[in-house]
Amino acid sequence: MPIFWLITGVLAIACIGYVLGHRRAMASAGGNLRRLHSLPSYYGLNVVLKSIVPALGLTILWLLLQPIFVSNAVSGMIPDNEIPFGSSRGLVMTEVVRTAKGLNQAVAAGEITEATAQNRNTSVDDLTDALKSAGAVVTSTLTAPVMTAAQAYREVSRKGYLGMSALVLLVATVGALWALRETHPDFRARNVVEQGIRALLIGAASIAVLTTLGIVLSLIFNTVEFFRLYPASDFFFGLEWAPSFSGRGGASQLGVIPLLWGTFYISIVALVVAVPVGLFAAIYLSEYATPTTRAIAKPLLEILAGIPTIVYGLFALLTVGPLLVSVFGAGGALGVNWQGGGRAVMTAGLVMGIMLIPFVSSLSDDIINAVPQALRDGSYGLGATQSETIKQVVLPAALPGIVGAILLAASRAIGETMIVVLGAGAAARLDLNPFEAMTTVTAKIVSQLTGDSDFASPEALVAFALGMTLFVLTLILNVVALYIVRTYREQYD
Amino acid sequence: MNDMRLLQRTQGMNDIKIQANGVDVFYADNHAIKDVSVEIEDKTVTAFIGPSGCGKSTFLRCLNRMNDTIDICKVTGDILLDGEDIYDPKVDPVQLRAKVGMVFQKPNPFPKSIYDNVAYGPRIHGLAKNKAELDEIIEKSLRRGAIWDEVKDRLKQPGTGLSGGQQQRLCIARAIATEPEVLLMDEPCSALDPIATAQVEELIDELKQNYSVVIVTHSMQQAARVSQKTAFFHLGSLVEYGETGKIFTNPEDSRTESYITGRIG
Repeated sequence: MPIFWLITGVLAIACIGYVLGHRRAMASAGGNLRRLHSLPSYYGLNVVLKSIVPALGLTILWLLLQPIFVSNAVSGMIPDNEIPFGSSRGLVMTEVVRTAKGLNQAVAAGEITEATAQNRNTSVDDLTDALKSAGAVVTSTLTAPVMTAAQAYREVSRKGYLGMSALVLLVATVGALWALRETHPDFRARNVVEQGIRALLIGAASIAVLTTLGIVLSLIFNTVEFFRLYPASDFFFGLEWAPSFSGRGGASQLGVIPLLWGTFYISIVALVVAVPVGLFAAIYLSEYATPTTRAIAKPLLEILAGIPTIVYGLFALLTVGPLLVSVFGAGGALGVNWQGGGRAVMTAGLVMGIMLIPFVSSLSDDIINAVPQALRDGSYGLGATQSETIKQVVLPAALPGIVGAILLAASRAIGETMIVVLGAGAAARLDLNPFEAMTTVTAKIVSQLTGDSDFASPEALVAFALGMTLFVLTLILNVVALYIVRTYREQYD
Repeated sequence: MNDMRLLQRTQGMNDIKIQANGVDVFYADNHAIKDVSVEIEDKTVTAFIGPSGCGKSTFLRCLNRMNDTIDICKVTGDILLDGEDIYDPKVDPVQLRAKVGMVFQKPNPFPKSIYDNVAYGPRIHGLAKNKAELDEIIEKSLRRGAIWDEVKDRLKQPGTGLSGGQQQRLCIARAIATEPEVLLMDEPCSALDPIATAQVEELIDELKQNYSVVIVTHSMQQAARVSQKTAFFHLGSLVEYGETGKIFTNPEDSRTESYITGRIG
């Protein structure tokens, strides 16, 4: 709540600053708008920018750094002999922070007074009871040093927040006053606001980039951790996937090859379905269909893209799987016994292919439409039929974009999870028979991280290595797609 | 080239290649062409002139049924090519367009090699029995298109890499390669610089040895330079049609005179 009030305060200063800046600008020009370099509102916005930006920047920085400093200050209070065997200072500090939060909760719930919470002489047992009745998560035995440290933690934090609030409000005021001092008819407030908007846009763009970076870094750290526990060569070249959850450090076989094979097999089946169907649909929609048909059919096709993948999974499990079994299974229509159960590469691949059709068709449709009409006219003018024109002129011209669309669909297929879980089963297997159950990297990431897994064990950490592998693969695919699109793009314009 | 010696221009007695009788064109409710009748001679350059939006391009596109690709366009009246109605249900527009080639306003080479661009028509219509014959057609077409010397060493390179004027001559060579009887040109020089324009005009003059050429142009000088017959269109009607020399020096209709002297348009 204090942060909320602090921000409200800063905003209030900014609002007052806006009004004052506006007035001051008008006053400085003697009421004549034409003497001002910018419109009065720009002078107001200049004040707003100069009070809000440094103040909020300082707040964010402070909030990021304060916990680190406070922990450092407090952790010295815990004597070495209080750290249990097999634990670490870091774990005890986590306990301290949790207890401190619990105390806040207890005070907020009215279990104890603020004075009691701060009083170092209150007995540990009383405080523990208070924490428990306030619903805070505490371990059974809170020791005196931990409780003291927690109290100290609260104390230092409280002071820190007080200091921060004072400083931030000061910075906001100083910024506003500084901007007000600048306000005179020659000041280029409009340009300053332009810079501010530019900075805002750059900020938005960098958040996206930084998030990607953050995701990659978190993957890398955990992957490195995994490779410390499990040899990389066994992971990348192991032909068997058999994690054991029973025995700690038991003989888990964590070879990625069967999973990669499953991923590729299912993706290929999916693409074999999606690419021709999607491409033909796109050609029909963009070249043959009348505007009315197109206006109805295109949104209908795009509805396919809006269906949640879990629904596709159900479709695979309940409809497509049994259907395939009745054809390819024992006693089926073909009289062959290729398929044992409904869950198979074929089931998941077919359904995934259906899911990808709108991706391929919608993107290809846009790309085909972008081919200049002049090229078609040129071809018709030479006496070519519609399909000759499409085959020999339109598609070659649109090819780079279509390849890009296909690769985009491929990376969707590789990253797909729910359809695989429900349609292809969970058995990691190296097999050529497309009617066998197999599984993919993504499905295994889910199964390794759900349930009670110890995050320090290789069986759980392998998920990050799998995620990393998948990330690298799709990244390569996307880079290749971009490269192809860029290289062949300037063939017409 | 005849340059501006309009009255001395020789008028051959050529056969009628295309005959249009009472042609009307509608774009949905818009009456774009109103009762146009015209006779286009063989081995002659016929120019269509007129202010923007007067329907000259629309009428040109009727001559090889390119308007078929526009859904809302409706054509009535007779257009006879060698005495045969091209809008007869028995006529295949695709075959017709092989006989009546077209060159467009903006050079539109396909994103293929120079060789494949020219080979496009012959391949579609099966004009060559083998590779050697195809090579021959391509060389001949490129020579007639007056671009052979410039591209003979780089036939495998993309046609889009040529300059604007070269691209347009490539498109003309591409149209010639299908051995059409009539060549329709829709403002073929409007996207070109003066030098490229001069090259293309020279080419048009040579083409009339073999083909009936119909050219739509905004430039009256160009019409005067390259054509033997000129048709003046205004607001969808054919105002005047006759020998170029007569149209430019002694027009019958006052509107033609106004346009030529720059008072309307």
